[in-house]
Amino acid sequence: MHICNNSWLYKKLLLIITLVFISDISGKKLKEMANISSNFLGIKSPNPFWLASAPPTDKKINVLRAFEAGWGGVVWKTLGSQVKNVSSRYSAVDYGGSRVMGFNNIELISDRPLAINLKEITECVKLFPDRAMIVSLMADNNRESWHELIKKCEDAGAMGFELNFGCPHGMTERGMGAAVGQDPEIARMVVEWVMEKATIPVITKLTPNVHSVVPTGKAVVEAGTNALSLINTIQSVTGIDLDTLVPNPYVAGKSVFGGYCGPAVKPIALKFLTTISQNETTSKVPVSGIGGVSTWKDAVEFMLLGASTVQVCTAAMKNGFRIVEDMCEGLNNWMDEKGYAKIEDFIGKSVDKITHWEDLDINYHITAKINQDKCIHCGLCYIACEDTSHQAINLDYGKPYNTYTIKEDDCVGCNLCKLVCPVDQCITMEEHRVAPEYINWKQWQEQGLPLNDH
Amino acid sequence: MIKNNRLSEAEYKVNFSDIHPPYTNVNAALVDANRCLFCYDAPCTKSCPTSIDVPKFIKQITTANIKGSAHTIFSSNILGAGCSKVCPVEKLCEGSCVYNLLDEAPIPIAQLQRYSTEKAIAGNWQLFTRKPSTGKKVAIVGAGPAGLSCAFNLSKEGVDVTIYEKESKAGGLMTYGIAAYKVTPEFCEDEVNYILSIGGIDIKYNMALGTDITIAELQAQYDAVYLAFGVGLARQLSVPGENLTGVVDAISFIYELRSKGFSSVPVGDKVAVIGLGMTAIDAATQAKRLGAKEVTIVYRRTQDEMPCTQVELDIAMLDGCKLSWLAAPKEVLGADGKATHLVCTKMKLGEPDASGRRSPVETDETFTLEVDMVIKAAGQMPFEALVNGSSLNNKSGKVSVEDKSVTSINGVFAGGDCVNGGREVVDAVQAGKDGAKAVLSFIATNATNEH
Ligand SMILES: Cc1cc2nc3c(=O)[nH]c(=O)nc-3n(C[C@H](O)[C@H](O)[C@H](O)COP(=O)(O)OP(=O)(O)OC[C@H]3O[C@@H](n4cnc5c(N)ncnc54)[C@H](O)[C@@H]3O)c2cc1C
Ligand SMILES: Cc1cc2nc3c(=O)[nH]c(=O)nc-3n(C[C@H](O)[C@H](O)[C@H](O)COP(=O)(O)O)c2cc1C
Ligand code: SF4
Ligand code: SF4
Repeated sequence: MHICNNSWLYKKLLLIITLVFISDISGKKLKEMANISSNFLGIKSPNPFWLASAPPTDKKINVLRAFEAGWGGVVWKTLGSQVKNVSSRYSAVDYGGSRVMGFNNIELISDRPLAINLKEITECVKLFPDRAMIVSLMADNNRESWHELIKKCEDAGAMGFELNFGCPHGMTERGMGAAVGQDPEIARMVVEWVMEKATIPVITKLTPNVHSVVPTGKAVVEAGTNALSLINTIQSVTGIDLDTLVPNPYVAGKSVFGGYCGPAVKPIALKFLTTISQNETTSKVPVSGIGGVSTWKDAVEFMLLGASTVQVCTAAMKNGFRIVEDMCEGLNNWMDEKGYAKIEDFIGKSVDKITHWEDLDINYHITAKINQDKCIHCGLCYIACEDTSHQAINLDYGKPYNTYTIKEDDCVGCNLCKLVCPVDQCITMEEHRVAPEYINWKQWQEQGLPLNDH
Repeated sequence: MIKNNRLSEAEYKVNFSDIHPPYTNVNAALVDANRCLFCYDAPCTKSCPTSIDVPKFIKQITTANIKGSAHTIFSSNILGAGCSKVCPVEKLCEGSCVYNLLDEAPIPIAQLQRYSTEKAIAGNWQLFTRKPSTGKKVAIVGAGPAGLSCAFNLSKEGVDVTIYEKESKAGGLMTYGIAAYKVTPEFCEDEVNYILSIGGIDIKYNMALGTDITIAELQAQYDAVYLAFGVGLARQLSVPGENLTGVVDAISFIYELRSKGFSSVPVGDKVAVIGLGMTAIDAATQAKRLGAKEVTIVYRRTQDEMPCTQVELDIAMLDGCKLSWLAAPKEVLGADGKATHLVCTKMKLGEPDASGRRSPVETDETFTLEVDMVIKAAGQMPFEALVNGSSLNNKSGKVSVEDKSVTSINGVFAGGDCVNGGREVVDAVQAGKDGAKAVLSFIATNATNEH
């Protein structure tokens, strides 16, 4: 059973159904149920899935629909001085027939009057008091503006703030957004202003448009932020229309760099997250992970690398709010299978599994093995290894089907063939240690051990 | 009773509409194209007699390079458009698609091939440039798939080609033989015109080898000769009653169907079709689609030995044709000179022959079918008289060749059905390519000798 359902009434119904179910199977061992609820600095939500600050959280109608669908919380679309948007606003990268592998936008912060936003926030909190209501802020660059905005939002019922130091377009030119997040000292100053005034938890959202998120992360933690979130979008050009020669998205014959997000950015987000989770200062505060989360699996990966909640934007924009159903069920089932009772039981468990290259064990060696019963003779492993790797796959000509086998002595265990093979578990990597003992690169050099001879 | 005009125009239209409809939109094609794994040394390519680089042309559809895709297809098979409609792909490319090994539907290669090639023909994309004329002249006999393929590949290299064709249209059995629900006369004409648009190919229609011109005459006028005259009518049954009215030859029956309006082709109420090759299936299904009430296919062996593919058999069965397995025609009975009954001998399977196929053996039992039409479709007969009239080495009329296309007469080459006795269009196309290669090297050697 999952606990991400819309209304109290529905919850009660579920409880009844559950009880009926339990009485039905009385005598058998009860199915263990994981608890997927989250408590982020005292901000509670029935599941760790929040909608990121973006169009899905831009007004009451969306947010209510999101809560009805089962989302644990929202980060309200960034508020600040009112702005004006352009048209068009979005563009995407399609790949291999799949739409929106990557997504980019040139939108600004909320373009609706502040008073309306505040009124709607109040109404949403009233209707769904059990969901997290974080409000994203980007005030003009002075202490008074920040203080004023914080006051108004707290009065409206916000449970926490997220400081948008990440928007990479439009706002930066005005000295806001990424312009703040890219300079640790400016970020520190703004967080100090905020902490003077805020009485509820403050999350600082980091921009990935830097070589490392750690300096700004450290500065804002030192300045007192209660938590971090990352990543915001990455500056990008998604493509060019080959007829007009104008890049996307198109605005009256021109374009600008847009903020990139969606599945394509997940690996980058995970890397940045890891650096925050591994740093002594930044790891002291909880993190909300963002960037390409589309499924419960993505969410678990962010959580394993230290995120306490995750935020989603593109996946919801592509498929609607209903995706949260499987996110809840999938997380629940996985936790049950692995025996985790609550999310804290696995958050951060992979952080120390990412190490430095020079600490890797050089004596660990694997080689590919092809299961001939599963092989469909597509030759993709062969051509990949032959053209671009180590010529470690043998081709026995057949008509129409060739037979492919691994030359174990030549295989370096790179994984390439296994990655390109279209059949699940057809190529497996088998462990053949060079020697039983651990040895890393530094020791290898110290001992003057031989390098490759080919 | 044998009569024409059994159905309404609307019914004919439905019955003879395209059996493999094309994609109606680009997205549908992309869904399928994107499923292609892009295999290396691909089994589909190896299973295509013309070796079309299938993964490449499909990949080119996904990159919106349809011109490139059509070019990839046509460089291996200039009849790639026609082949996409008539090839028995279930035993060729699609039959060996690796998805079959995952128990998944194979990539619809033919449909994708049709997608690219139809666009090329509709847009009259000129994807090949003819080399400047070398002054060399080659005569080709027959404008069927083999002749056209040879002509295209020669002309591309600057050879001036003249085709002698006994009919008034080109395309061979594409135009006169293949089922009407696979290709239309308009398509065949468009395809021929597209092939000819490279230039350098002149077709002399209504000119028959043996009647209007001889091999010797051609040799005197041209640097080389390529024979691609196909095979003739269906094999005789050699049973009593074969000359009764109502006993017809499948090739002539289909010829009429392809060259006249459907409403003017007469068909019986109760039709028996002898044989179970592609021709028999086509005759049976089209007889049914013309309005015959009952069609029975009579075949000597069992389903395990049948020469047609399962897909073809399914077409006939879905059309409501009946099958009489292990049966051989013994006699056609008649009244007033018209066929009324077909007497068949029941057969059983004997020992496997040299090819491993079990041969049918007669039993003492017979049975009789009521019929008013019998269509003979048990293989086609080579033009034995024509071939024997020349000094060509041959096997009962099938022209003998060495190295794929070299005949016993110096400077005379041959390929397609007239050599193999009757296979598929795609085999004829490959034969035409092989022929062009042999002719080119012959011309080149001769040119050096002349100097
Ligand atoms: C009923 C039927 C259905 C078929 N269905 C299919 C199918 O669905 N798919 C498939 O792939 N294959 C099919 N085939 C086989 C296919 O049509 C042939 O294999 C192919 O057409 C052979 O090409 P070709 O050029 O060798 O001969 P043909 O196509 O027979 O061409 C020979 C040409 O030479 C001309 N010619 C003949 N004699 C002379 C002469 N004396 N002088 C001048 N010209 C002459 C003919 O008029 C003709 O134009 C079918 C065949 C038949 C009979
Ligand atoms: C159209 C659009 C508008 C966005 N606006 C904001 C914003 O106002 N404030 C903000 O902090 N992030 C904004 N973002 C960034 C998202 O909150 C999120 O950090 C980013 O999209 C990565 O998550 P995803 O891969 O799930 O989309 C916006 C993203 C999109 C696509
Ligand atoms: S693991 Fe790498 S080197 Fe070994 S066979 Fe596969 S691709 Fe080749
Ligand atoms: S990639 Fe996999 S399925 Fe394809 S040939 Fe290699 S082992 Fe076989």
